[in-house]
Amino acid sequence: MNSTTVSENSVSENRVEPIGYVALLVMLLVAMMAALLASIAIGYAPLDIVAAARDVFHGNDTLSALVLVQLRLPRAVLGALVGFSLGITGAAMQGLLRNPLAEPGITGVTSAASLGAVVVFYFGLAGILPLALPLGGIAGAGLSTLLLYGVAGSGASTMTLILAGVAINSFFGALTTLALNLSPNPYAVSEIIFWLLGSLSDRSLQYVWLVAPMMLAGWLLLLMTGPALDGLSLGEDTATSLGFNLARIRLLLIAGTALAVGSAVAATGSIAFIGLVVPHLLRPLVGHRPSRLLLVSGLGGATLTLLADIIVRLLPVRPELKLGVVTALIGAPFLFHLIWRLRREDR
Amino acid sequence: MKLEARNIAVSFGQAAVLRRVDLTVASGEMVGLIGPNGSGKTTLLRVLANLRAPDGGSVTLDKRDLAAVGERELSKKIAYLAQGGDVHWPMRVEALVGLGRLPHRRAFRDQTGSDIAAIERAMNAADVVSLRDRTMTHLSGGERMRVLLARALAVEAALLLADEPVAALDPLHQLRVMEVLRDVARGGTGVIVVLHDLSLAARFCDRLVLIGDGEIIAEGRPADVLTPAHLARAYGVDIVCGVSEGLPFYLPRSVRPSREGTP
Repeated sequence: MNSTTVSENSVSENRVEPIGYVALLVMLLVAMMAALLASIAIGYAPLDIVAAARDVFHGNDTLSALVLVQLRLPRAVLGALVGFSLGITGAAMQGLLRNPLAEPGITGVTSAASLGAVVVFYFGLAGILPLALPLGGIAGAGLSTLLLYGVAGSGASTMTLILAGVAINSFFGALTTLALNLSPNPYAVSEIIFWLLGSLSDRSLQYVWLVAPMMLAGWLLLLMTGPALDGLSLGEDTATSLGFNLARIRLLLIAGTALAVGSAVAATGSIAFIGLVVPHLLRPLVGHRPSRLLLVSGLGGATLTLLADIIVRLLPVRPELKLGVVTALIGAPFLFHLIWRLRREDR
Repeated sequence: MKLEARNIAVSFGQAAVLRRVDLTVASGEMVGLIGPNGSGKTTLLRVLANLRAPDGGSVTLDKRDLAAVGERELSKKIAYLAQGGDVHWPMRVEALVGLGRLPHRRAFRDQTGSDIAAIERAMNAADVVSLRDRTMTHLSGGERMRVLLARALAVEAALLLADEPVAALDPLHQLRVMEVLRDVARGGTGVIVVLHDLSLAARFCDRLVLIGDGEIIAEGRPADVLTPAHLARAYGVDIVCGVSEGLPFYLPRSVRPSREGTP
């Protein structure tokens, strides 16, 4: 894949990074925490957070305590976790493929996790076991990862991985539409379609406990690849000469993506564009260094996801818009902007 | 330090790219690898850098097999400057040169004082200090190559393998890059450089290895390798050789009859 032209033309910076790395991390962390608090504070009913927190602390089962623990907190924390996962994985995939248009789903994990959840809907398991949906999604993500490795082989080149990812995406996408086609029940169809649109609403703390450890493990694996992603900026031969075993790096990235994005999709459905847009927006602020983009994109992804979810609740549209719809509506104009910038710089 | 390749054979499918090739480079020596396009120079350099395993033969570093040395240790001992100079993100020059320190970095650690000192030495050696805050997209081809050379120098490896570092450069930048490589070799680094410019090869290299059709045609001092007969056999052209103001030059005069009509 020759991404050099795209990546070089897509930026026109000729300046030192405007802000230090640590300062940027702190700023994004503060922004994420502010968005997290706002996400907890903003909802359909007014909530005195301090009083609710006091009730929770004292073990009082008041309505506000229940709203805080059962509704607001899981929604906000899950939003941050999912956004972080999408952001960091997008940055990692763009670094691996050296292409600013790569996104977390490129290995097929998103469509596979979606299919896993769809199967749960199809067989009516969601009503039997509360965690059947995320577990189905995780199973789908795991299956796609095994399939990716089975198809591409352990020593696969990046190009082979991309092709295998395209094939897996097509295959699992086809199975999802097959499930919709064969579904005998129109309610199940609408349930599946709405779930696929992606949302953070009505997720319990159990979801958080289920996916958080997998996401953390995924983030760690992705962070371990940072120096190698820097080396890959100079091509695969140079990265290898710098001491990186690229087969191992690809394995870490695929496993990290499967854990982080697989569990994100399993918990919330597919939330578009965060993994594509956030690394692209923040890359100039870290001097285009792929290793530094990882944490920064994670924090940026968490913040943007939380803000989008706040918008969902502030919009006077009921029933509320799905989060994936809002992120797509924000993300698509960004792509138009990117095309416009590329055209301007090509002149 | 001594890098030795013995009996190297490489095939791509049915096509043999290298056959029974021997090559040695020691510290402080500058070896030029010359030969026509497609003769296997880059493949040989990749084998020497342990970027691909040979189908036959062995490569040793101070008599240890490359595979036994280990990726991490090898990356500190052999620096590789790839052909073409791909840079996929428009990083600042200083950050890009700093990538040469990756073999020395520990996991989750930033650059140390010795890394920063090595980066400064490399930027000084390649004369790119003034470009420090520029991004790669805003440099000329010659400046880009000097920055990439600085990146390779920042490894501070005992051996430097450079694949066509002066291709597509103007005469000024060709001379500057070759002077840097010669200075590096005089400083004790073993250098193998792939070249197409025979005059530069003759002038700057201590020893030349001429490859044609996957085999070594001649090896030795430049004057002994760059004979009309050797060059005619390797390149299929008659070459005018001469010396002007003490500097050797080689100019292609005509395609030899046996090569007429070949693509």
